[in-house]
Amino acid sequence: MKNIPLQQAVEMIPNGASLMIGGFMGCGTPEPLMDELVRQNKRELTVIANDTGLPGVGIGKLVEAKLLRRVVVSHIGLNPETQKQMIEGQLQVELVPQGTLIERIRAGGAGLGGILTPTGLGTVVEEGKQKVCVDGRDYLLEKPLRADYALVHAFICDYLGNLAYVLTARNFNPVIATAADTVVVQSEHIVPVGLIAPDHVVTPAPLVDYVIGKD
Amino acid sequence: MDAQTIIARRIALELHDGMLVNLGIGIPTLVANFVPPGMHVFFQSENGLIGTGPVSEPATALAWLTDAGGRPVTALPGACAFDSAMSFALIRGGHLDLTVLGGLQVDQQGRLANWMIPGKMVPGMGGAMDLVIGAKRVVVAMQHTAKGKSKVVKQVSLPLTSARPVHLVVTELAVIAFPEGRATLVETAPDVSIDQVLAATEAHILVADEVSQMAI
Repeated sequence: MKNIPLQQAVEMIPNGASLMIGGFMGCGTPEPLMDELVRQNKRELTVIANDTGLPGVGIGKLVEAKLLRRVVVSHIGLNPETQKQMIEGQLQVELVPQGTLIERIRAGGAGLGGILTPTGLGTVVEEGKQKVCVDGRDYLLEKPLRADYALVHAFICDYLGNLAYVLTARNFNPVIATAADTVVVQSEHIVPVGLIAPDHVVTPAPLVDYVIGKD
Repeated sequence: MDAQTIIARRIALELHDGMLVNLGIGIPTLVANFVPPGMHVFFQSENGLIGTGPVSEPATALAWLTDAGGRPVTALPGACAFDSAMSFALIRGGHLDLTVLGGLQVDQQGRLANWMIPGKMVPGMGGAMDLVIGAKRVVVAMQHTAKGKSKVVKQVSLPLTSARPVHLVVTELAVIAFPEGRATLVETAPDVSIDQVLAATEAHILVADEVSQMAI
């Protein structure tokens, strides 16, 4: 793990990159990274996340600044700007059932070739997908997802990069930390090694590439 | 009693001690207000919490403790937090006893549409498709009509949430069940007649041999 300033972390990210971003309606999204992406005006980004936040909150900031080309999310209902850009054809939106989305990311991070789920059978979600019958029951084959970068929010990070999360700010964060080539963490607290008990570490340090230092 | 209260109180009768229950946004959330005293129900928020408590006071609101709608909430003693993969393992894996969702349309076979109106409103399905396919029991909480039009329809015209039929629809007028895959009127709200329910319903619904009044 390397400790780097916020500005430098975002400078690494090229225009057109794919980003997995933690958070659920803004709760558990690394806000300083969102602000810095806007400040550096990164363009043509693909975002894979639970949702597109709220206006002015979380991923909503990236939507408002028109930094995004495509999003893969389960819900955009709390962000009218996303719906507006989608209808105007400026933003591609791929809607994925939430349980399928998190399992596709998990598969991407766990070296699996996909997952089989009953979710979406008999709905528009099954269009263009392979059906697999296992022991007489049908499933959809949903393919793994990976990204260039994962932008993770943690509650506590130790000097090695071990992570622990807090309450509902956990959500997608530990799963996306497994599924990107480069993992960047913004943590509320950075603490000496040993302060997080081994049993309380949720994301093991070797998964973490960069931690944003305190300004 | 207003329509939402009738619906929420009736659905609360479906709760039992020790159940794991997911409540959707809107009318379903109100069900938590009518848990009988002494009964313990585990309420799950799909954003990663079991033991979700009431919405928090502004002074004690915590940015890291929200419900599935992003509102600051509280956690009850014994609450536990987990990531979204665990949350949906609970939902999809057959561990969730009851899910209560809002609805746009339910048809006479019990199929639900509740996640988009093409060209008008595209919020996305969120967790709804997983909830309907995965919960042991699926209850829809919705007003019987919208702008004078029945929401209990012959055939769903909006994109389906799931091909799996729901178990129960509760409106301010009636409780509709789906024995053998056919919409059947089983209860009416207080002071509502069977004829009133049938008149307000587009779907062809059967009438159970004994239609009782909601015990609310």
